[in-house]
Amino acid sequence: MTTLALDDAKTAPVATARRRLSPWQAWGLILIAPYVLIFLAFVVYPVGYGLWLARSPQSYVDLVDDPIFARAVVNTLIFLIVGINVKMMLALVLSGFFVQQRLWIRWLSVLFILPWAVPSIPTILSIRFMLNPEWGMINQIIFRLTGEDGPNWLNNPSLALMFAILVHIWKSLPFWTLILVAARLSISADLYEAASVDGATGWQKFRHITWPSLQTVYLTSTILSMIWTLGDFNSVYLLTGGGPADLTHVLATLGIRYLRLDRVDLAMASIVFALPLVLPLVFFMMKRLSR
Amino acid sequence: MTRLSLRGVTTEAKLLLIGVPVFLWTLLPIYHLFLFAISPKESAFSGEIWPEHPTLRNFAIVFGQKHYFLSHFWLQLWNSVFVAVTSGAITLLVATASAFAISRLKVRGGRTVMNLALFTYFIPAAFLAVPMYKTMGLYGLLNRQWALIWAMVAIASPYAIWVLKQASDKLPYELDEAAIMDGASPMQLFRLVYLPLILPSLVAIGTYALLLAWNEYLYAFLLLSRDTDITLPVALGNFLAADDSPWELLMTTGLIYALPPAAIYYAFRRYMVAGLTAGAVKS
Repeated sequence: MTTLALDDAKTAPVATARRRLSPWQAWGLILIAPYVLIFLAFVVYPVGYGLWLARSPQSYVDLVDDPIFARAVVNTLIFLIVGINVKMMLALVLSGFFVQQRLWIRWLSVLFILPWAVPSIPTILSIRFMLNPEWGMINQIIFRLTGEDGPNWLNNPSLALMFAILVHIWKSLPFWTLILVAARLSISADLYEAASVDGATGWQKFRHITWPSLQTVYLTSTILSMIWTLGDFNSVYLLTGGGPADLTHVLATLGIRYLRLDRVDLAMASIVFALPLVLPLVFFMMKRLSR
Repeated sequence: MTRLSLRGVTTEAKLLLIGVPVFLWTLLPIYHLFLFAISPKESAFSGEIWPEHPTLRNFAIVFGQKHYFLSHFWLQLWNSVFVAVTSGAITLLVATASAFAISRLKVRGGRTVMNLALFTYFIPAAFLAVPMYKTMGLYGLLNRQWALIWAMVAIASPYAIWVLKQASDKLPYELDEAAIMDGASPMQLFRLVYLPLILPSLVAIGTYALLLAWNEYLYAFLLLSRDTDITLPVALGNFLAADDSPWELLMTTGLIYALPPAAIYYAFRRYMVAGLTAGAVKS
């Protein structure tokens, strides 16, 4: 914070000097214009047009009357609450594992990033085929071990949603683990040594050294993860397609369903519906980043 | 002494108890993908851990476009390359210019633009997809690759501008002042002072935008539909539409599609990890 203020004070005279020199301002406007135009054409106009399409109150009545919408809201909440908490807690535990000084753990951490580094489509389709009731790997193994046919995993809405959450966790766990590893590595080793000398247990070290240093990062990560998870279209759409019987939709896939049904107003209304949840998270993140 | 080594053994055992499941969990779907790609059609579904007769036949079929699902494989691969490279290049141009204007020229309204861009960055992209689709229809861009390119630029630019602005703010202003003293024009300042200094960040941001466009599925599948226009991920998604999909070919194509971004990611890992960590979550 202090360095920032210092920088501002130093550069202020230059900035005011430039403001008088109009070529500098002119060039500034020219250089910033392309982004402003893109922003107007491909963000502001679509959003405005979308809101205008959903202007009729009847759209919202129809939306609330649609049982698929209610189901999608519940699914989204389950996805967020279960998915993010499980993911972040796993990331917290695994970050403690990956900071251990072992050669094999260093190698494992390189492999561990793969789900994040490869595009989601091939791997999600791979998981989808593993779960195929007849030829999928999982049911093949079940058949070999027990001689019985395994369940039709993705035909059960609860199981299908659970697998979509697992796919989401599989894909994004490496990223958040990495963030928490970086946060753990920035904690001074002296603190742990001092605690060991005083005879602190592993849990006490976590409770009094690790967690206090991690909690801000953990909270910010959770919020950011909520925003990104709300927009996770692929995990649900490519695994279940919203099925069976449209029972595993989340808000991110629901809009596409309404688009297919040629009800763009409902698609927009469902997004407007989500705004009270999204906007506070967005403003929280903006405050964090524009400090 | 014995107690100590016993404790050492238990620690190692505990670490392995975490490490082995993490290893399996991470690699299983990717190994499954790979297994299908090297298995002959008949044995792909037999549930073996390693095929009896591993083969590259699937790759030959994909590269030879010898299946009706794959009749445009090379064109679709080219489409993916074209969209990713073009989106990456435009994002880089637009974002560098904006970051320079905001950070170094202190253009009026720059802060507002920065905040609006950040706001866009945090709105989930899936929420913007439906209105974007309708708008592209109005612009007459639907079913054209430029629709996808502009959508990708609009989505990638905010984060790019933010990262580049942060990096620009860290450059010493004395350099600018010295250049101005010597009579440099704004564009000379941009070319001779700013660009060389910001180059490392440009590599990271270019990679980010490129991978974002290469990996994109939702917008690509909404905005493009002709078999000759679509990018590879859309073609992969189209496999799902048929019941008799040749899985082993789908997996092979998927593997080919997944390799370039993985390679790029590992090549630029140092930049990516540092950039993302600093960018996404500052404590």
